[in-house]
Order: sequence, then C-alpha cells, then structure tokens
Amino acid sequence: MTALLELEEVTLRFGGVTAVDKVSFSVEEGEVFALVGPNGAGKSTLFNLVSRFYDPAEGDIRFRGESILKRAPHEIARLGIARTFQNIELFEQATVLQNLLVGRQRHRRGNLVSEMLFTPFVRAEERRHREAVEKVIDFLDLQAHREQYIAGLPYGVRKVVELGRALAIEPTLLLLDEPASGLSVEETQDVAFWIEDIKTQMGITVLMVEHDMHLVASVCDRVLALADGKMLALGTPREVQGHPRVIEAYIGAHGRSKVMA
Amino acid sequence: MRTVFKTSYDADINLFRHRAQAGWYALLALLAGLLPWLVNVFWLGEATNMLIWAIAGMGLMVLVGQTGQASLGHAAFLAVGCYANVLYQQKLGLPFILSFPLGGLTAALAGVLVAIPTARLHGLYLAIATLAISILVDDLIVLSAPLTNGVQGLYAPPISIFGLTIDRYGNPYLFYWVVLVVAVLVVLLYRNILRTPLGRAFAAVRDSEVSAKAMGVNVAKAKAVSFGISAGITGLAGALMGHFAGIFNNETFNLLISIQLLLMIVIGGLGSIHGAFFGAIVVAILPQAIALARDAVTGALGVSSIAIPGLETAIFGAILIVFILFEPAGIYGRWVKIRTYFELFPFYRRDMFRRQRSYLRTERMR
Repeated sequence: MTALLELEEVTLRFGGVTAVDKVSFSVEEGEVFALVGPNGAGKSTLFNLVSRFYDPAEGDIRFRGESILKRAPHEIARLGIARTFQNIELFEQATVLQNLLVGRQRHRRGNLVSEMLFTPFVRAEERRHREAVEKVIDFLDLQAHREQYIAGLPYGVRKVVELGRALAIEPTLLLLDEPASGLSVEETQDVAFWIEDIKTQMGITVLMVEHDMHLVASVCDRVLALADGKMLALGTPREVQGHPRVIEAYIGAHGRSKVMA
Repeated sequence: MRTVFKTSYDADINLFRHRAQAGWYALLALLAGLLPWLVNVFWLGEATNMLIWAIAGMGLMVLVGQTGQASLGHAAFLAVGCYANVLYQQKLGLPFILSFPLGGLTAALAGVLVAIPTARLHGLYLAIATLAISILVDDLIVLSAPLTNGVQGLYAPPISIFGLTIDRYGNPYLFYWVVLVVAVLVVLLYRNILRTPLGRAFAAVRDSEVSAKAMGVNVAKAKAVSFGISAGITGLAGALMGHFAGIFNNETFNLLISIQLLLMIVIGGLGSIHGAFFGAIVVAILPQAIALARDAVTGALGVSSIAIPGLETAIFGAILIVFILFEPAGIYGRWVKIRTYFELFPFYRRDMFRRQRSYLRTERMR
C-alpha cells in the first residue's frame, strides 16, 4: 500500500477563524477513507483544499508524492481527482447525458479548430466518450433519465447523477462530499453498494465526508474524526466511534453514546 | 409523435435527429436559395438584412445563451469586423474572400482581448464592462480618423469574388446568396460547437463555474474562447452590414445596436440557434410592419401621413416586456411548447415546461 493523497500539517484560516488546524493524514491507494465530525469541523473545507478552491496558509498537499499546491483548480481533475458537492452542483440546463459528458473534459483530445469543423477524429472521440459514459449509466442504473434535464429531476436522482459525473472523469481518487445526505434508507444502501463496487471493481480510492455512521461503518476502511478544524482520532470506524475525544466532541460528556453507535 | 429508434451513438451525434427532420431543413434551404425568384427586390433586401442580424444574433448567442456571459457591447465587435474588412480591402488591397474572414478573425482577437481582463466579472458587472468597451470603440473610431475617416465614415466597396462584382443595389440576388452561404456556414459551426466538448465546457461555465472547475474545465480559458468565437461571428455580421449599408461611420454601431442585439436574442429565445433567427425576423420585419400599419391607419382616417418619432423603439420595448412577463423562453420556447402540445395530443400537461425551483447552490465559491 502506498499513499495516494497526503496532507501534511495543512492549516487554513478565514480571518481570525482557523478552519483547518494542522491536519495531517494520508489516504492509501485502494482504501475508502472517511472524514467525520460535527458541523463546522472543516470536512468540506478539506475537500475544497484538495480541489484547490482554497489555498492553505501552511502545510503541503501531495498527490502521488507530488505537491499539488502549484496546480490550478481545473488541473486537479486532469490529475485524476474527481469530486462531488454537498449541495448538488450539476449543470441544470443540460440533460443527464450532457452532464456526464462534461466529466469527460479531462479526456478531451481534439483542438478548437477540429471541433468547430467536426472532423472524423472528433466524431470518433465523441463515440468513445459516449461509450465511457454509457458504462457509468449502466453502473448507476440511470438509463431511464438519460435524456432528462437536471432541472426536472428529483433530489435522489440528482445525487446519483453527481456521482456518475465524477465517475465519468475516470478518476484514481474520488472525493464524495456527503454522498448519502438527504437520501432514503434504500437509496443510502444503494450508495453503500456502489462505493463498495467503486473500490473493488474499479479500483478507485475513495475519500468521503459522511454523517451517516452506519454507512461509514459498513464501507470505510479508516476514519478520521475532526472537530473545530483539529484532528481528534484516526483509525478503523470502530476505534474512532469508541474514542473518548470523539464522543466528547459530539455530546460533550463521557460514556459511549447512542448517537455514535 | 415520432419515436426514434437509436441503433448507434451516431444517432445522438448527427446533425439531424431523423430523416424527416433533415428533409424539412433541406426544404427550408431550398426555399431560402430560391427566394430571389419568389419575392421582389425590396423584400429580398429585407431578407438579407434579417440574415445579417441572425448571424450577429448567433454571435451574441454563443456568449450569452451558451456560456452565460452578458454583453452589452457587441456593437463594438460589429464595428471591428466592419472596419477591418473594408480597411483590409482599401489599404492592403486584399480581395473580399480574404478580407472577410480576416475581418472576422480581427474581431475574434478583439473579443479575446476583452475577455482576458473581464474573466473574473459576473452578470451585471460584466455587462457594464462590455458597455464601456462599446463606448470606447466608438471613441477610438473617431480618434483614429486618418485610418477610419472619423465621423465622415467610410464607403464599403462592392464585393468582388473571382472577378464577379457583387453589389447590394447592382445585383441584390448575388449579395443575398453570399449572406445566405455565410449564415449557413455559421449555423454549421455553431452546431458543431454544441455537440463537442467545447460546447459542453461553455454550458458547464454557464450553469456552475465551481463545478466546471472540478470537472477540469479551465473557466477563464473557456470564457476567452467563447468571447473570441462570439466576437468573430459578430464581426462577420458587421462586415456584411458594412457592405449592406454601403456607407458607415462610428454612429452606425452605436449603443442602441448593442441593446437591440441583446433584446433580439432574448425575444427569439436564449440558448438556441432558432432563437437568433426568430429574433432577427422580429427586428427586420418590425419597421416594415409599422410602416404598413401606419399607411393603413392614415389611409383609413383619410389624413396625411403622420410620423411618430421613437415609435419603433417603443413597440420593440413593449414586445420585450410582454415576452419577459409571459414567455421568458422567447419565441422558440413558445414554438417548442406548441409543437409538444400537438405531438403529445391529448396528453399535454399545463405544467410540462414549468421549471422546478433549484436547490441551494454554493454561491460563495465562484
């Protein structure tokens, strides 16, 4: 096992607030790694740091041993890091198919002129992109929604489309920001199966933020608990759930809680 | 309703959905080609004018409808295309067949130059910045009088293609066909943009910049490319406008033209090629319709002809207000609804096209 993504002493401040305080961890290749913690713990902020939407004040973020801090946000996807958003960020005025095809930007090989003239090469590329996207549609059972506009889709389907769009990138590392938030029990179960398959069949490493501890316990190999931007505990889901500092951060008292069980 | 049985991905990649659709467009192309035999010279001139506006509309549509960037200064690119085309012919002695695409390229370059400093501006602020550029170009034309002849303006020479002289008044048919060919080529170019990663990158920037970045779209570059293509197409329209008008100066491409262009594509229907054409029909037909209506009214009342200054602008504004209130999707949107009604008859539901309220979006990260 080698470290795919490493964060070293990463610190981010918004004015006087330290949103992320010297956080260090590494995600090993092939594992499912979860970030948990109460609201405002800095989980999503960490995602935005890896996506390069924010610049850390201190520390380093390395992907495959190479610092990504010199990279622009749009280069992150090209490295093979895909992400979803907590508040769905789909392209509303486009169909599901078009949304998934945007995920193929990383694999774009035509240039401006060849695309404007629609050369046979561009057509062949389009077929290739479509094939890759169809695989994702098959995997996530989105066939029924292929031609529908996002603006008319229910929340649960949007959530799946977002996952699909990230998969269309064909990433090596997938960042999922609360993949099960707002989903029903069955839908959450689907997400659990998908994450399992993404890990074992596609060989994609997953880093996710999630509040649903059942989901975390069932699919994650390791968990990092955060509170107020600080690291609390790192280990297997069981270890982290039982960690006294984690329990204290959630309910402010000692003793094993039902909230975390 | 026609059910298309798709047996290959090409069914979605091709220009037409099915043979019947291709047939209808072939018929339209044939009609457009034969128009000189169908209407008199006056209406042919109006059709030519409409096509030029449609080309300019498509130019602006790439930017506003596809990429979601507002521009209140597209008359500037009309001017750049127009002046560049004529100056290349007059000062460098280039033939039309070279000066015309070069004029478009010059406008495209101007578009990219505008996009670089304005890449971080959004919505209203971008509209104000482009407005300023429009005013700036107006002033630049006056200031560089040795080249542009300032407020006196320039004459557009007759077009000469391989020894064939094409003049709007001398042989309006040929001029119409030149404009028609350009319009068809621009439509093809536009369609190709829409069905390639380029067009999807534009749509991504329009709908969610933060998400576009996460998908690997270089947002600043996509905006610059969009500005370039948009300004280039508009520049071509500007060059044709110059030849159509015969004489032009800085006033030809004033602020009102920019606004009219923007209103035109809103009335036509944002985000569609059809919209640019529908909008252009309204813009081109309106003055004639008003004139005809006025003649009818004065004739019926038995009074001498009355002219009301600003009537055209007022009616245009009224039409816009009606559209924004009752049909924000424009003429094309209304057309799609009517078509769907008949295709699905009797299963059309009233709320079929009602947009659902969008969910919370991460606006704090642009």
